[in-house]
Amino acid sequence: MTEIAAGVTPHRRAPRSWAVWRGRIPLYIGIGLIAAVVVAALLAPVIAPFDPTAQDILNTLASPGTGKHLLGTDQFGRDVLSRLLYAGRIDLLIAFGATAVTLTFGTLFGLVSGYYGGRIDAVMMRFVDLVFAFPFIVLVLAIIAILGPGLRNMFIAIWIVSWVPYARLVRGEVLVAKRQEYVMAARALDYGSPRIMVGHILPNVITPPLVYSMLDAVSNVGIGAALGFLGLGVQDPTAEWGKMIADSQSFMATNWWLPTAPGVAIAILGLGLSLVGDNLADRLRAKG
Amino acid sequence: MERFGFIGGRLLQAIPVVLGVTIVSFFILRLIPGDPVLVMLGTHYTPQRAAQLRANLGLDKAVWEQYYLFMRHLVQGNLGDSVYYRIPVGHLVWQRLPVTLWLAAYSTVIAIVISVPLATLSALRRNRVADQATRTIFLLAFAMPPFWIGLVLILVFSLHWHLLPISGYGSNVPDHLYNLFLPSLTIALGFAAILIRTLRNSILNVLDADYLDTARAKGLSQFRILRRHVLRNALLSGVTVIGVNLSYLIGSTVVIENVFALPGLGQLLASSIFTRDLSVVQGITLVFGLGVVATNLLTDVTYAALDPRVSYD
Repeated sequence: MTEIAAGVTPHRRAPRSWAVWRGRIPLYIGIGLIAAVVVAALLAPVIAPFDPTAQDILNTLASPGTGKHLLGTDQFGRDVLSRLLYAGRIDLLIAFGATAVTLTFGTLFGLVSGYYGGRIDAVMMRFVDLVFAFPFIVLVLAIIAILGPGLRNMFIAIWIVSWVPYARLVRGEVLVAKRQEYVMAARALDYGSPRIMVGHILPNVITPPLVYSMLDAVSNVGIGAALGFLGLGVQDPTAEWGKMIADSQSFMATNWWLPTAPGVAIAILGLGLSLVGDNLADRLRAKG
Repeated sequence: MERFGFIGGRLLQAIPVVLGVTIVSFFILRLIPGDPVLVMLGTHYTPQRAAQLRANLGLDKAVWEQYYLFMRHLVQGNLGDSVYYRIPVGHLVWQRLPVTLWLAAYSTVIAIVISVPLATLSALRRNRVADQATRTIFLLAFAMPPFWIGLVLILVFSLHWHLLPISGYGSNVPDHLYNLFLPSLTIALGFAAILIRTLRNSILNVLDADYLDTARAKGLSQFRILRRHVLRNALLSGVTVIGVNLSYLIGSTVVIENVFALPGLGQLLASSIFTRDLSVVQGITLVFGLGVVATNLLTDVTYAALDPRVSYD
């Protein structure tokens, strides 16, 4: 609705109506959920009532609300709430740390492939096809089999595998963008290829990969948690939500809250990221 | 005639990817830091077994000769031997494959049974309560990790209500259908989240098409329009979505088999990483890769058979 006015009075916007605000409620809920998880994880050292690895042997598998343990304790007597908060730091590191690298690399790969085209493009895209030929988790597991389990190797495995969707996405956008007039103008001015790619094309193709990165972050947290669950990701005594679920599996018949608490935490983060990603994607479609 | 051209072209296109899959699998054993034979044998190390393994892999030869040897063995159906189980990897894979195939097929069927009616309902009642509820529930299903959904289903249906088994595969078809219901439902919920979203959009697109105005103008009944005109066209995109996300589906089976202790390929893969049985990891990676390439090929061919407008480019 602002497009019409944009050319004439760039700094005056039409007042936003209630309908516009209402349409954005899911987006704000999403941002709120992510913010809540980020704040809780950042403040973990301040608000966690216990040391997340401290064992209270006399007080194992305590129910929520008993004594000083708000969410109870696990089989080693470790405070579940404290572990949940500290685990959030690891899972957020996966959500943002793994995704930032794959977003950057995949975008640059797609940019170069689409811009140069021809034989370079053909070779680069066969490479992308090849990574796509494997289920993500299988390739991640194969890399972990080579490198060994652990947090660092989990990051390496995700980096190696999950950049490919960005490359395919960005390449498609670049193929369209490079025929636009502003690129021809930049060429006519005799700008170098790197300058045209990064300075002119990149800002015009970056939105779809940014939106996709939200959903990718959900899937990276899922992979990280799945590896923790299989015992191939984060190792003891560090807390990670997927690992907390796996550790509690044998006790879940009697202590159902043990797997439930970290599961709800993953769901909150995942829901927040999905809501933001989905609504940004909808707004893009409406514009396009 | 043109149809055969499309299928032929698509087959040709798959050849470099298939070769690439074999190269990636080949390098799994060669990229191990240190001496691969020492790492692979681990506590099973004896000088004879080491020498035998070294000869089998051709580790004293040039890399391209090793790859040639690997391919020659592969063509003969020889995937090497498992260090841990002491039997050929091919046998292990062959034993475990049916479980994974059952799980993948069963969960696809459940996902379709869930998605088609819900996506239709969602599209016809766009932005009303039924639509909002469906979308919210499946957004949650997408945000929750499948292994956790699996545990919650076990908690409710097996431990609380004692309706369904916690684990196991069974020995005949009714047993499979009964035992694999919970794990398949788990995978199907995540898969349906993706399917419903796409199907809903494509039904909405079809609802706007001119030929529906024609159908309505002819006075066809609402049900007939829905079945013959809307769904038939919208489901075409469904075939593609299933194909594109097959690798997600297969990925889910890997984790879910471990939740429900099912003796499939995914469980073998995870346990082989723990036992450092890397020739098994190599074999399973290869089988999964070839499986995805084959199913993608099948999807494209099915799509071409359903839609006469498709041509190869």
